[in-house]
Amino acid sequence: MKTLAELAQIREKMKDKVGIREGVNGIRIVVGMATCGIAAGARPVLNTLVEEVAKEDLSSKATVTQTGCIGICQYEPVVEVFEAGKEKVTYVKVTPDMAKRIVAEHIKGGKIVTEYTIGNYKI
Amino acid sequence: MKELSLNILDIAQNSFTAGASLTEILLTEKENRFIIQVKDDGCGMSEETLLKVSNPFYTTRTTRKVGLGIPLFRLAAEQTGGYIEIQSSQKPEDHGTVITGVFFKDHIDFTPLGDIASTVCLLAQGCGNGDMVFRHQTENGEVELDTRALREVLQGLPLSNPDVQLWIKDYVKQQYENIKM
Repeated sequence: MKTLAELAQIREKMKDKVGIREGVNGIRIVVGMATCGIAAGARPVLNTLVEEVAKEDLSSKATVTQTGCIGICQYEPVVEVFEAGKEKVTYVKVTPDMAKRIVAEHIKGGKIVTEYTIGNYKI
Repeated sequence: MKELSLNILDIAQNSFTAGASLTEILLTEKENRFIIQVKDDGCGMSEETLLKVSNPFYTTRTTRKVGLGIPLFRLAAEQTGGYIEIQSSQKPEDHGTVITGVFFKDHIDFTPLGDIASTVCLLAQGCGNGDMVFRHQTENGEVELDTRALREVLQGLPLSNPDVQLWIKDYVKQQYENIKM
């Protein structure tokens, strides 16, 4: 049973993790959620990213957010990873399974999943 | 769009972009009608813009020249014999937009609602500093989520926090379970 009391427990659990409250975590995972992204299947990708970040307990390290049209609609769903001091990584045509790997290998492990990046696609 | 809940996710983004402090998403089911209404107190649209929003070749975005959000919503309604209506005001005293889609559930081309719980949690994630109320009234009962009530409990912890997101999704799912016949 999900109750508001349970939500209060989540709040207490997160209390000590300063980064979360300030919203200034190191890594930003951004998903394109305009009409093009949504129609291409961005919603389950975004849901999976949120689930995996929660499951791996990475919320003090990374935030998952939405953005509008990135401008490369033919490559949607697009997931961008921003990290201070590093170059932006753009993953294209992402599926929920790919999202799982991105969280495990890139966000948790620090190793870019090169085969999913836009640079790996022939135009 | 394969699910109406995806259209809802898409249309409600416009309200967030319009800087709404409150966006209400109201779903009403009565007999064979399914009504989707998205109501906001954002900046509103001019009469000139209002005339153009159903045109797929009109968009406010700068990245390309087509905008399909409202046209796809209209298509989904009209293919069931329904329609959409948009009212908008830029007056300082009552600015905002109301978009209403009327659908007929018994029509063969009615798009299923789909995974609405996923939409609701992502709307709560995307509404930024604004608030969002989701209410689905069916003949069996009601499902509701009001981010203002959640913020009171969260005391500054963002709605976009992954654990909070999962809680919202389950909370909505559970309410749907409860009203299932």
